[in-house]
Amino acid sequence: MTDHNGTHRVWRVGADIDTDALAPGAYMKFGIDEIARHCLQRVRPEFAGQVRPGDVLAAGPNFGIGSSREQAAAALVHLGVAAVIAPSFNGLYFRNAFNVGLLLLTCAQAEALVEGERIAFDPAAGRIRRADGADPADMLCEAVPPFLMDMVRAGGLLNLLKQRQTF
Amino acid sequence: MTRPQTLAQKLIAAACGRSAVDEGEIVTCAVDLAMFHDSSGPRRLQPMLEELGAKLWDPARIVLVIDHYVPESDDESRRIVRIARDWAAGQRLPNVYDSVGICHVVVPQHGHIRPGMFCVGGDSHSPTGGAFGAYMFGIGSTEMLGVAVTGQIWVKVPKTLMMRWRGRLAAGVTAKDMMLHMIGRYGMNGGRYQAVEFCGEAVRALSMQERMTLSNMSAELGSQVGLIAPDETTAAYLREAGVAQELNLDRWRSDADADAEWHDFDADSLAPQVAAPHSPANARDADQYRDVPVQVAYIGACTGAKLEDLRAAASVLRGRRLADGMRLMVAPASSQDQRQAEQEGVMQWLREAGAQVLPTSCGACAGYGGSIPDGASVISTTARNFKGRMGSETAQVYLASPYTVAASAVAGRIADPREFMA
Repeated sequence: MTDHNGTHRVWRVGADIDTDALAPGAYMKFGIDEIARHCLQRVRPEFAGQVRPGDVLAAGPNFGIGSSREQAAAALVHLGVAAVIAPSFNGLYFRNAFNVGLLLLTCAQAEALVEGERIAFDPAAGRIRRADGADPADMLCEAVPPFLMDMVRAGGLLNLLKQRQTF
Repeated sequence: MTRPQTLAQKLIAAACGRSAVDEGEIVTCAVDLAMFHDSSGPRRLQPMLEELGAKLWDPARIVLVIDHYVPESDDESRRIVRIARDWAAGQRLPNVYDSVGICHVVVPQHGHIRPGMFCVGGDSHSPTGGAFGAYMFGIGSTEMLGVAVTGQIWVKVPKTLMMRWRGRLAAGVTAKDMMLHMIGRYGMNGGRYQAVEFCGEAVRALSMQERMTLSNMSAELGSQVGLIAPDETTAAYLREAGVAQELNLDRWRSDADADAEWHDFDADSLAPQVAAPHSPANARDADQYRDVPVQVAYIGACTGAKLEDLRAAASVLRGRRLADGMRLMVAPASSQDQRQAEQEGVMQWLREAGAQVLPTSCGACAGYGGSIPDGASVISTTARNFKGRMGSETAQVYLASPYTVAASAVAGRIADPREFMA
């Protein structure tokens, strides 16, 4: 997930990124490969082709508004995105993301992050560290509770159910 | 005496086997009903169930509605619908509604959602069920898998945002206008994934289907649920839907002294609302978009093509014709609503005005239909106008009530329906 420095490259997008931008309706009948190829094409046409495993998305408020389609989170997992950092997320998207193993960091200062910079983070502690000497060097985010971290580590709820066999 | 509780708290407490719950607590609830459709349901659940080697926790508590990829238009949609039908047969699901309308309308029409229940739906507009005094919210397919095999789900007990509407709506002003107004004021995350409860005399005066429109668009307000305390209107609707059991109406209401965040609105002064591209939060009085030319009008979706919506549109279109070059599409939200609208002459008035009637399904609202032409300015009764949502990246979609959409279809430009209601 991370490079040799343990840091992540930042992609910046704006506010109100909706599920149609993440998983366009026209491709919903196809599998996740095809949906992921069109992920964010409306706002960052080069994103799906150029994003690398371990990269992170930093967004404005209200990330993930719209549909319940979890492909809007699964597409980012499929592309190897390590986390999405935003001041706020749509609640349904928030649940979906962790259920498919995508880490979300709620960070009031997310929009201070700039395109291309590198960061490290400690989700359980609620900290983001900027690697390039940017100011502020450290940012606080909401600590991710242990049961959601379990979900991210397992790679989503399906894997967690498989491990626990509690059904 | 237990501490004062909101309706949301009472519903969650009942579902997790407690007498009361506190805001912010994370609790595990037993699910009374899980609803999903052909897009979010079998095609996604079946492979995961197989991978897990698990069985459904209770097929009797599951309702499948095939509404997204019908009528099948290509090989992919045929494949998705076939998976849904085969799976339902294989699992011997007792509750399947195939090509008879949109889940959020069909499921209540068959009496599946009742006051006091705790329900989940595999669709973002699942808060519609809150209109019946049930705690119902949308989840994705993987989380639905968890429910399907365990019958349980976690929730964080929300704060309640009380949306109190005083007064009475004017003729030609609807629940859709109320919602667009609230979304315009608070934005698409104004609900902060808390519980919204709609109350006040203007809400009490609404019919059941109008209440469903309020709860439905709680999704666009960003709340987890959109609740309305059940009353005689609820009970009458459910009796009609074949619900024989006694409803405990007095139990399912917020205590007067329960802690909540209050927001007040005046129904008397509310004007018809229009939300400009590309967000429901761009809602303003329709006057402010007056004379914006439109070429396509769409009356469809769970939000805007129920029987009451069709009646509203027909009351404007009756005896009138569409403007030159205007295309009006009507996709009724359920077969039952369409039949009733036929009997009442409503469908005839719509057709005589020049409307093209499309199959009852999610259709163009979900962008699965492909019926919205590129570059068109569209006025629509649906819930969302994100760029590309209705299938065309270049379409400009305005959202409004069925009255306003019908009036605009006659005028060829965005119009205030009250001018057509002398």
